[in-house]
Amino acid sequence: MNYKMMGRFIGKILMLEAAFMVPALLISVWEGEIAAVRAFMLSIGATALLAWGLTWFCRGSKNKFYAREGLACVGISWIIMSLLGCMPFYLSGEIPGFVDAFFEIVSGFTTTGASIVPAVEELSGGILYWRSFSHWLGGMGVLVFLLAISTVSGSDNGFTMHLLRAESPGPNVGKLVPRMKKTAGILYLLYILLTVANVIFLLAGKMPLFDAVCTAFGTAGTGGFGVKNDSIAGYSPYIQNVCTIFMLLFGVNFSCYYLLLIRQVKNVLRDEELRLYLGLVAGSILLIAWNLQGTYKTLEETVRHAAFQVSSIITTTGYATADFDLWPGLSKAILLALMIVGASAGSTGGGFKCGRVLLVLKSLRRSVQQVVHPRKIQAVRMNGQPVGEKILQNTNAYLAAYTIIIILSFLLISVDGFSITTNLSAVLACFNNIGPGFEMVGPASNFAAYGAFSKLVLIMDMLAGRLEIFPILILFSRTTWKRR
Amino acid sequence: MKIIIAGDGKMGAKLTRQLSAEGDDLTLIDSNPRVLESSEERYDVMVVQGNCASMEVLSQAGVREADLLIAMAGADEINLLCCVTAHSMNPNIHTIARVRNPEYTDQVYKMREMFALSMTVNPERQAASEIVRLLRYPGFLKRDTFAKGRVEIVELRIEKNSKLCNVALNDMDGIVKCKILVCAVLRNGSAIMPGGGFVLQEGDRIFVTAPTNTLAVLLHNLGVITHKVKSVILCGGGRMSYYLAKELQKSGMGVSIIERDQGRCEQLAAMLPDTSIIQGDASSQFVLESEGISECDALVTMTGLDELNMIISLYGTSCGVPQVITKLGRMDNSNILDRLTLGSVISPKELCCNTIVRYVRAMKNQTGAALTMHTIAEGQAEAMEFMVDKDTPHCGEPLKKLKLKKGVLVVCITKGGRQEIPNGDSCYYQGDSLIIVTNSERGIRQLKDIFE
Repeated sequence: MNYKMMGRFIGKILMLEAAFMVPALLISVWEGEIAAVRAFMLSIGATALLAWGLTWFCRGSKNKFYAREGLACVGISWIIMSLLGCMPFYLSGEIPGFVDAFFEIVSGFTTTGASIVPAVEELSGGILYWRSFSHWLGGMGVLVFLLAISTVSGSDNGFTMHLLRAESPGPNVGKLVPRMKKTAGILYLLYILLTVANVIFLLAGKMPLFDAVCTAFGTAGTGGFGVKNDSIAGYSPYIQNVCTIFMLLFGVNFSCYYLLLIRQVKNVLRDEELRLYLGLVAGSILLIAWNLQGTYKTLEETVRHAAFQVSSIITTTGYATADFDLWPGLSKAILLALMIVGASAGSTGGGFKCGRVLLVLKSLRRSVQQVVHPRKIQAVRMNGQPVGEKILQNTNAYLAAYTIIIILSFLLISVDGFSITTNLSAVLACFNNIGPGFEMVGPASNFAAYGAFSKLVLIMDMLAGRLEIFPILILFSRTTWKRR
Repeated sequence: MKIIIAGDGKMGAKLTRQLSAEGDDLTLIDSNPRVLESSEERYDVMVVQGNCASMEVLSQAGVREADLLIAMAGADEINLLCCVTAHSMNPNIHTIARVRNPEYTDQVYKMREMFALSMTVNPERQAASEIVRLLRYPGFLKRDTFAKGRVEIVELRIEKNSKLCNVALNDMDGIVKCKILVCAVLRNGSAIMPGGGFVLQEGDRIFVTAPTNTLAVLLHNLGVITHKVKSVILCGGGRMSYYLAKELQKSGMGVSIIERDQGRCEQLAAMLPDTSIIQGDASSQFVLESEGISECDALVTMTGLDELNMIISLYGTSCGVPQVITKLGRMDNSNILDRLTLGSVISPKELCCNTIVRYVRAMKNQTGAALTMHTIAEGQAEAMEFMVDKDTPHCGEPLKKLKLKKGVLVVCITKGGRQEIPNGDSCYYQGDSLIIVTNSERGIRQLKDIFE
């Protein structure tokens, strides 16, 4: 392991984090919240000091970096970033327990949106901003941001690929253009543009600026932290519809937007993952709206709520305009299934990803055909191109790891004695980075009731879900730390 | 600059390494997904899998926006087709094709015109002519020419009984009795830019700048006995042997080629009437002895296997062959090779890579680009020749007053037809050409880059 190089990387990330806390500090100063100002000052100081220390201590490292370092670096930096990111919550006393504060920030960075705060409106402005901003930063990934702004010199600099792969979701992560810096830059540019568009649309609906910015951060990262106790339910139907559309937009693979920009519209329309994603959304909305007949007064209201909840769940955002826990069984079942499917690969959403679902289904179909025709040789295709066996193998391994982690976490958090539905949906909601589940962790309540141990399990679930399991899993593997 | 490299073989990988470090945007095309995967993990590049001559693959690789296509696939015909196809899709693209089949050698200029190629490269032929130059001046391990052949940087190895062993650079003038400058020393695999107090040791390889007309004096004063090379043994009968034998024949040297394959021997015999072709295993000492290895003036080992070449060269040295030249395909382990007495080491791929890199650099800055560029000291340093033009700062100021970047050395100033090995009081004027040696990692692209 090249610890020094990793140290330098993590130092850079912490430096970024410290810089990103400054706007939150300014908001606190403007609001005159003494406790929050002090907390932010301390946190920024500590983060910057640690960043500087790491950079200084690890100066002059070799520029050699392999897959192992890349993955471990991503995993470790997310954990350290969260540990420091929760300081403002804890130090300001607005979230008294350390584990609670840690849970809250991990939920933020991983764009889960599961909260342990009973009354969001009581939090001060700076804290609310930092909470929502963590979604935005975690959505596209802080390492991708680092790749976009810093230049890695030298000739053996392909290791940045490992960083992108570890942080960007999807079975087959590739670059848009030859240079990593430009690829990351394009991704962030698209991300920023869409976020700004979202803010403008929200402002047009007479939403206050602060609410609009925070809501847009939550939407962009497909996170789900709101600034109101009732999430988005209290806002006008126009704002709810804007949120629905933008949630869906952020759940699309960002390379589709790039293809649109370079006018390859045909390739976008032919994209099988996009078709599946949109098809699932449309189908679920229709089914749920039909299932909800009579629950709401008008058809418009029914469709609006159905559409909002479906987009919120499939993109793993977790905003709510209605308490879907009170909906009929079929609707709940559909939402539960969407929780697992998740958004598209290469988007800011979580979950198993539509692209992987397609790959798993296709390789399953091939296996079935091979049972009938044992000698049949067949390539699995995606968008007309054959998919490499290695990718299929990785996807199946991912499915296995995914299932095992869900079962294990479900067993572990059952010690707190809640119902099966609560526990299972809590695990699914955290692991797929959604936020609200059913019953005790439904959209109208929160995760505060769980004990510290269960919260830690759920924290690991959130991290593993956001980083797609392997960067976190390898931290627990002995071969990672062994000298070669 | 956007560059597409078609063919991710050894040559492609070498180019990728060099050009990626220079900051170009690279896209690699190859039909083998394995090599692409490893390149993608190693370098900051994009990869496309497929046949590089197919329009679909080329457009996927972004040929329409690319500035340069370098075709390095295995077959010449594919390279040509690839370049022609790319050119038809993007008329502004520059194309470089590797064409190395001897049967095409005579028509290469014609082909360049026909297929609108910007350049063709032939690594084996280039290496062969390099070897010919070495054989003309036995005693040097490597010769790189500058200023239209009037100045050279030559490589020498300090042997135990050399007059230069344990001599400080300041005291060298008294021994060599001509104006030369040691611009780099390779010791234990790392390049050093030496100061005047630097003491040479056994095993050092020194890189000396000297006007071409002083080379004979230099060799004489160093006590290196040289006589004209009259008979040469070439081991291995590949393309490079063919090119080399053909050149050597012209200058009337006795050339014998040892090749194992019967069919290839017959082919060579048909193509090279004045060369004696020996069918036999060059790794067998008996064959070498019977072909007179102990009496020959030079031995060139260029079979397809680097290991075999090294062993034959070592054996040749031990037999007392005055000049041994070894061809190596990969120079990755060059710091180990340092300790072996392999004589001159020639790598066709490296020579060819230098040519292409020079072309790329010239494309990037149309004015002020290097006139000549050679990498020396195992690629750890670069020697470049620049023209002093009206934009060059510090004209007419003595060198000792200039603040040059660390690791940059001005080793020669050519004024008109006169070469000057500079000292602190030398200065340059517009119209002169300067040779710069640098091991600086911050690339020097133009003359003004050498100043702080």
